[in-house]
Amino acid sequence: MSRPEARSAIVSPDRARGVDASLTSALYATMRRDLILLLRRPGAVLNPLAFFALVITLFPIGISPDPELLAIIAPGLLWVAALLAALLSLDGLFREDAEDGALEQLLLAPHPLPALALAKVAVHWLTTGLPLALMAPVLGVMLSLPLGSYGVLALSLALGSATLSVIGAIGAALTVGVSRGGVLLSLLVLPLYVPVLIFGAGAVQAAIAGSGVAAHLALLGALLAAALVFAPWAIAASLRISLNG
Amino acid sequence: MSLCLEARKLACERDDRWLFRDLELVIRGGEVLRVEGPNGSGKTTLLKILSGQLTDYRGELFWQEEPLHKARRDFLANLLYLGHAPGVKAALTPLENLAWYQALAGAGSAEADRMSALEAVGLAGFEDLPAGQLSAGQQRRVALARLELTPRPLWILDEPFTAIDREGVADLEARLAAHVQAGGSVVLTTHQALHVPVPMRRIRLGEGHGHVAS
Amino acid sequence: MWAFIHKLGSPKVFYALSARLSPWFWTAAAVLIGTGGVWGLAFAPADYQQGDSFRIIYVHVPAAFLAQSIFVVMALAGLVFMVWKIKLADMAATAMAPLGAGMTFVALLSGAVWGVPTWGTWWQWDARLTSMLILFFLYIGVIALRGAFGSRDAGSRAASVLTMVGVINIPIIKYSVDWWYTLHQPATFSITSRPAMPTEMWLPLLIMVLGFYSFFIAVTLTRTRNEILRRESSKRWVRDLVGEAG
Repeated sequence: MSRPEARSAIVSPDRARGVDASLTSALYATMRRDLILLLRRPGAVLNPLAFFALVITLFPIGISPDPELLAIIAPGLLWVAALLAALLSLDGLFREDAEDGALEQLLLAPHPLPALALAKVAVHWLTTGLPLALMAPVLGVMLSLPLGSYGVLALSLALGSATLSVIGAIGAALTVGVSRGGVLLSLLVLPLYVPVLIFGAGAVQAAIAGSGVAAHLALLGALLAAALVFAPWAIAASLRISLNG
Repeated sequence: MSLCLEARKLACERDDRWLFRDLELVIRGGEVLRVEGPNGSGKTTLLKILSGQLTDYRGELFWQEEPLHKARRDFLANLLYLGHAPGVKAALTPLENLAWYQALAGAGSAEADRMSALEAVGLAGFEDLPAGQLSAGQQRRVALARLELTPRPLWILDEPFTAIDREGVADLEARLAAHVQAGGSVVLTTHQALHVPVPMRRIRLGEGHGHVAS
Repeated sequence: MWAFIHKLGSPKVFYALSARLSPWFWTAAAVLIGTGGVWGLAFAPADYQQGDSFRIIYVHVPAAFLAQSIFVVMALAGLVFMVWKIKLADMAATAMAPLGAGMTFVALLSGAVWGVPTWGTWWQWDARLTSMLILFFLYIGVIALRGAFGSRDAGSRAASVLTMVGVINIPIIKYSVDWWYTLHQPATFSITSRPAMPTEMWLPLLIMVLGFYSFFIAVTLTRTRNEILRRESSKRWVRDLVGEAG
């Protein structure tokens, strides 16, 4: 309690100098905190991966072990299963923060909420979308995915799952105040996932067919860019609404 | 410059019920404002409105004579709000919890600051235990350590005495008094008797009205 | 102008005004749908390719138009509600949503019925039907989200945000579904993409479309009036109104 007067003096943040640095450190601290939390509870990261592998295992059992048939449906299966796996962990994106009060502190930080929310979404992608994309080629082998499409599979999933995380975060923010909002969340975001699924699975199919994948990947990139421009504001607005309710 | 948070003709309607109406309020440095009222009378709602979290109210709020929605960043840089939930992550240690708040508030990243803040709330020796292993009162103290860690002139505290033992209550009262004497301001709700040797005003909520009394 | 809009935004003023307007729209809807229906189903010439089965276009197309328009109108209402905090806009959006979902369902159902003579199957993953199906899920999401909140205010705002997010996505979804459909080499022709129709065929269609829009406005006015009474039931003017009636 040294210099009591100084501690209670009004400050006005110096926009020209200090803000950028302090925003960067706030974003960094938020990502770091979320990563530490996930490392302490690795189940949150590993379970979607196990789910992904399990769903892919069910299809040959449910349909047919015929490699030729599997090769045809593999791109779509891998994409749909990865999409559902990414959806699994989405519900927890803001829920814990809302329950322990950290979310309202995030809203009261003297920084733009869209940026802070995006930091959390980035961690979600790093710990869900990216591992799923890296794991997909292994499962592709099990589904006799034709050679030459493995790189495109991983790349399209890495790119597409980023869009899924960003758009899905809107749904997570809207349902964070709803108890047991998990099913509702999937109802809200799955229709919005359709374009990503089309261009993502399309990219893999194009790679198998030997036609160019550049257009598909470019469209996936365009979707991500559009999502990054619009979604953070929607996430921030949704978080404020959910905490008001 | 002294702080000044002003509410003019403040009113809040929740699902067709008026929590309060025509509330006129000026909060300046050097005083405690205690919000009173029965359960469900809108105490927490009022604190959330005053801290800029809720926007669906009628009337106007001003921070340093400027409309709050324009001066939001300046306002938030001067505010410390502690809500019902302590905002403490069970899986993180008190030091890690405070590190996030420190960075969020732009108060650097010095561990020495965090340690001394934890010492000030009587948590020395607990700094490296996961907060989930601490008692409810100790978790509340982790949140209260932010009062030390990130100096802000305006404190808005929703039930800060929850789960705090008698000794902790006396400590917190002393901290509130010191803050107010240094020119700061405290807005709080509590069900507890409050002993602070500084100017205190009360607002009583209930029946759809708010009365300011000194 | 601004004052007028604000006055119109008052539930009480709207309630009085809509009472005078809604009979006109109900009448227009009945006359237009009656005329267009009889003309289209009985007198318009049969299609050279599909025969009489094409006549379901007189239900399918207006319903599909309305299904898309209602979502856009809901998004606009959501914007007005969020930006200017005019609660009437949200009441209207609440009133419209089930009708929009219903119209989407009618479009899907009529598409399926049309599929039987055209494709020989009840369902074909046609681009338009697929887009319509996704739109149907969007409607369900909005309605479910609104109902999921304990507080009506929060539910209203959440539904508004979701509607706006949805309306930005609808063109993207439509575009991507069209792309997907052309990529997968359709086995048959799409039901509504066709060469120019003769006047005797599209004029009744136009009348039906206008009739459906009148129906939409009439239903919205009536349902919004109910919503106003429900939400403003504690206000004095509603109590006076109910007191007069009973």
